[in-house]
Amino acid sequence: MSISRRRMLGVSAGFALMSVAGARIALADVEATDKFIMKFTGGKKPETGKITLTAPEIAENGNTVPVSVKVESAMTDGDLVESVLLVADGNPNPDVATFHFTAMSGTAAATTRMRLAKTQNVIAVAKMADGSVFMDKKEVKVTIGGCGG
Amino acid sequence: MAAKSKPRIKVPKEAKAGEVISLKTLISHEMESGQRKDKDGNVIPRKIINKFACEFNGAPVFSCDIDPAISANPYFEFTAKVSESGTFKFTWTDDDGSVYTDEHEITVN
Repeated sequence: MSISRRRMLGVSAGFALMSVAGARIALADVEATDKFIMKFTGGKKPETGKITLTAPEIAENGNTVPVSVKVESAMTDGDLVESVLLVADGNPNPDVATFHFTAMSGTAAATTRMRLAKTQNVIAVAKMADGSVFMDKKEVKVTIGGCGG
Repeated sequence: MAAKSKPRIKVPKEAKAGEVISLKTLISHEMESGQRKDKDGNVIPRKIINKFACEFNGAPVFSCDIDPAISANPYFEFTAKVSESGTFKFTWTDDDGSVYTDEHEITVN
């Protein structure tokens, strides 16, 4: 894939200069995605557990890939999920969606359909009302990329 | 030339107090990501639904900040725990400022 089609993410100048193999660009995207996650968590490194991300192993059509998140939580005061961030580390931009829950949600679970430009990791990060953060990650293999190209 | 954005909602008409119900929401919308180019090589500008919100009797239940990586005809499935009868209100906000809404009533026993 030619580099010009990718929006240069505002990472460090070093990465911006890289125009070589795809592997280098993939790294830049993973870095950008990590930065994005840190911004959401306020610098806290997420632990694993509590949140489950469900995504297909192989997506036949990158234009519409079903993904679900579910966070174990009573969803009452004292045990509440505030939001869940969904990102993808190989898309032109990492952000996909942010779900906001309330006690009236009943459960902290949501399903949507997303676009994946190519095989990559989809990551879900849950931020609890008490400030703790959890994440889950799944690799999705994409046969036909979904970015209109 | 823009097709009217049509919402489709699936929500139960009845529920027991305290029951967790499932809601399925869909709205027709191209969700132009801003990544595509037209045949002359010009970028087709981004135009997406950037926010979806669900309220029950005026109180927030669930909402979603939406980015261009969400597929066309954005679909969201989520849950709600209702303790009284009332009205669900659904709101979708377009980049261009348009707001689409839909409402569904539910009877809670």
